[in-house]
Amino acid sequence: MAEINERYELNKELAQMLKGGVIMDVTTPEQAKIAEESGACAVMALERIPADIRAAGGVARTSDPKMIKSIQKAVSIPVMAKARIGHFVEAQILEAIEIDYIDESEVLSPADDVYHIDKTKFKVPFVCGAKDLGEALRRINEGASMIRTKGEPGTGDIVQAVRHMRKMNRQIAELSAREESELFQAAKELEAPYELVKYVHEHKKLPVVNFAAGGVATPADAALMMQLGAEGVFVGSGIFKSGNPAKRAAAIVKAVTNYKDAKILAELSEDLGDAMVGINESEIELLMAERGK
Amino acid sequence: MMRVAVLAVQGAFIEHERMLTGLGATVFEIRKKTDLEQDFDALVLPGGESTVMGKLLRELDLLEPLRKKIKSGMPVLATCAGLILLAEHISNDENVYFGTMPVTVKRNAYGRQLGSFEVEMEVKHVGKVPLRFIRAPFIEAAGEGVEILAKVDENIVAAQFRNQIALAFHPELTQSTDIHKYFLEHLTRA
Repeated sequence: MAEINERYELNKELAQMLKGGVIMDVTTPEQAKIAEESGACAVMALERIPADIRAAGGVARTSDPKMIKSIQKAVSIPVMAKARIGHFVEAQILEAIEIDYIDESEVLSPADDVYHIDKTKFKVPFVCGAKDLGEALRRINEGASMIRTKGEPGTGDIVQAVRHMRKMNRQIAELSAREESELFQAAKELEAPYELVKYVHEHKKLPVVNFAAGGVATPADAALMMQLGAEGVFVGSGIFKSGNPAKRAAAIVKAVTNYKDAKILAELSEDLGDAMVGINESEIELLMAERGK
Repeated sequence: MMRVAVLAVQGAFIEHERMLTGLGATVFEIRKKTDLEQDFDALVLPGGESTVMGKLLRELDLLEPLRKKIKSGMPVLATCAGLILLAEHISNDENVYFGTMPVTVKRNAYGRQLGSFEVEMEVKHVGKVPLRFIRAPFIEAAGEGVEILAKVDENIVAAQFRNQIALAFHPELTQSTDIHKYFLEHLTRA
């Protein structure tokens, strides 16, 4: 148990090192290189970026280990990869190739419609999506060492990520304001373990790092999420579905560093070429954020 | 009161800020060139991704002014990625950033995240402290004038060169403030 706890601490700490950074979706070693050179603090290796998964339809699974390994070879920054919700064997495979972080992700087709992966059984760290505080604490209880919003992937529409981040902030503020004797009831309402509810009450924050993910397409989107309290940003389709990926990627990285400086943000937003086309939330049939509770 | 600037372009800078504030220092962040207009007595280079920090240092025009300050004796505490920024050579990377410390470092020297670990160990001048290594580098070779402060197995993980302390591990992630205390009390007075 001591060894497992120690590993969990180290895994939470890797997420701390990623703070203030941008994690980019890449599908080839070439894209991974572009991402690294543009200032990504980590890359997410996947066969298809969310916008293409959405367009292709069908069952989306974890990526070919060979493709992930080629990306591991191409860059020196941490490499993450996605496993389907509940698919602990895909996660075992990713652990076997020494992935730095597993994203148990709603972007892929869920493999289990009831249970998430028991992440306490793994040595490699997991990041999971959460729409609200209860969901985040359930994932952390299962062993996630990093949380991200569950903004709608592959749409270029930021509205859901904003909604999740605001809800998380509001719930943390409300929980912090409650009396200690009310925390048992709060745990019940949040459907989350008492110990974690108590932690949030005391520290006024999640016990792990919380990033924004889903729908980030511009430097302004990234800075918006940072100003709302995200500790860093995932960018999926927003970069390699745009007109000038390297320039846009570098601009988003700088926007995350100087997210409060509107003058710098204005400069960064100039002349980036076409952003990804994007789909509005109301125009899509499949809400990936509804996968996993 | 001591004013400490913490490089805050990416990484785990808030952890350093909390620790330094707790020890009574006044802390501010460096994110852009105009932040350098303030006076400060010491500099902290935090953990994070060295490729990201190095690139941002260059493109935000922070690299040269900070290098000048380090060269002219500004006390620096560098952890993990910070060590890579200070090193004169990186054995598995062509980049050099500040290059103010005559050491050769190896990036990701312990491999991927599965290679991250913790030990407790004696650090010279400081005493026994917990050392946390997260995808950490180590120092492969140290040049003249570099004092070795700690080794894990045969590898140098902490070193001091004049005004610069560089660590492969993360004291800012622990409960122990001893290294930061040493930095504030001894180095900044030298």
